[in-house]
Amino acid sequence: MNQSMWHTSSGSNAAHIQQLAVCFGLLLTTIFLIVLGIALLTLRRRHRGIEQEPLEGSHQPSPQTEDRLQTVVSVATGLTILILFGLTIASVSVGKIVSASVAPPASMTIQVTGTQWWWRVRYANDDPRLVLDTANEIHIPVGRPIAIRGNSDDVIHSFWVPSLQGKRDLIPGRTTLEWLQADRPGEYRGQCAEFCGLQHAHMAFWVVVEPPDRFKTWMDHQLQPSAEPVDDQTRHGRDIFLKKACILCHAIRGTDAAAQIGPDLTHFASRRTIAAGTLANNKGNLAGWIADPQTIKPGTRMATVPIQSAEMQPLIDYLESLK
Amino acid sequence: MRYVAIGCCLLALIACKREAREVRPSPAVSSVLGDAAAESGLYPGGAPAHLVVRNPYEGNAYAISEGQRLYNWYNCSGCHAGGGGGIGPPLIKKDQRDWIYGSEPSNIFDTIVKGRPNGMPTWGGKIPEYQVWQLVDYVRSLNNLEPKAATPPRTDSLEPKTSTILPNKPGAPRQ
Repeated sequence: MNQSMWHTSSGSNAAHIQQLAVCFGLLLTTIFLIVLGIALLTLRRRHRGIEQEPLEGSHQPSPQTEDRLQTVVSVATGLTILILFGLTIASVSVGKIVSASVAPPASMTIQVTGTQWWWRVRYANDDPRLVLDTANEIHIPVGRPIAIRGNSDDVIHSFWVPSLQGKRDLIPGRTTLEWLQADRPGEYRGQCAEFCGLQHAHMAFWVVVEPPDRFKTWMDHQLQPSAEPVDDQTRHGRDIFLKKACILCHAIRGTDAAAQIGPDLTHFASRRTIAAGTLANNKGNLAGWIADPQTIKPGTRMATVPIQSAEMQPLIDYLESLK
Repeated sequence: MRYVAIGCCLLALIACKREAREVRPSPAVSSVLGDAAAESGLYPGGAPAHLVVRNPYEGNAYAISEGQRLYNWYNCSGCHAGGGGGIGPPLIKKDQRDWIYGSEPSNIFDTIVKGRPNGMPTWGGKIPEYQVWQLVDYVRSLNNLEPKAATPPRTDSLEPKTSTILPNKPGAPRQ
């Protein structure tokens, strides 16, 4: 998860946006410097005798000066209009390209549902056995166009992976479409880009771009039911999970837990983060998150479930065994 | 003088229970009800000293709106529908005498936690206590048993939808 200050694009759509930004940046910086230079020049150039001879109301510049001024102002105005027009065309055409809702023949469709404050991810498939539910982490194969079908459960969210694609709002009661394609393997951070409530800043996700064969391995593994507990500790942990309030919101395929309210935890331990990019996924963070989610992410919909200290270790051992 | 008045108004807001948003439930909220909830007014050998268990979220708008969210999340609506009843009895009572097990907060709390014969499941241990109290608040607000000022006309979020994920079929609605 390397984060650099300077984002470089890793997808064709993001590349268009980056080109546009570079073009705007260079052109406008040049213009700014020219204007600044001229302004500085006028400061340096001392006007002869302006203090001695104030201009009178009847003062008229000579016809030559008049002509020169007219030319300069006309050319400057014309240039300004031309440049603005050119930039508008560039901006609109890039906008058209990146917001095209009709993807080139997409290799797959991913349904992303924004909800306060995490991401529900479903890999759509005509074969129901191959529909995959997961959360807060999207794996995609490199070099394939992916259609993203966005929706929202509650308020307006915005799906944004700066390295791959521009922002796309997720609007309740409406399906928004966009497509993206990653040209380089890697891990790219995504973030909700529309203020959506108390924990908007903690509503992140990761897009993991992998070579097609590794993606297929991942997909095949994710489609499996959850791992069976192998020892008494994790078996005890599973019993605690199924007995407590956890089961009311979360699903773990292969057990009785099938609720669709919170994130699907079937392969929880394979994910990089907890609570939508808030914490790194490890046992210590998980214990803290379960014991007191409201301190880590105030307002989160994750309930504060009373769990005795002796029950915590088996529970997190079980959850972290769900590779 | 004007500033004193404004200051007093602002001070009064601090005491406003309706607006309190306690996102982090304190352990003190938990209480064991025991025999506090009475379903009958008859006591052999005279009424005992009445033990009053109060809902810690009484008259709190945030708790009522949370209760409404949880009412759907925990599928209360599966049996009681929007309050009009279905498989289970209606929770919006035409007559306050229709409460089978009492309308006091402690009675409703008991109904949720312990379950009732003929179908009401036992939610104790599954729903954390502070959320049970929020549900109690919401159910009571359906019957105007909570202060009207605390009963919001809608939830904090937009009305939740039953289905958000569309099938990925060629004929499925786009946009």
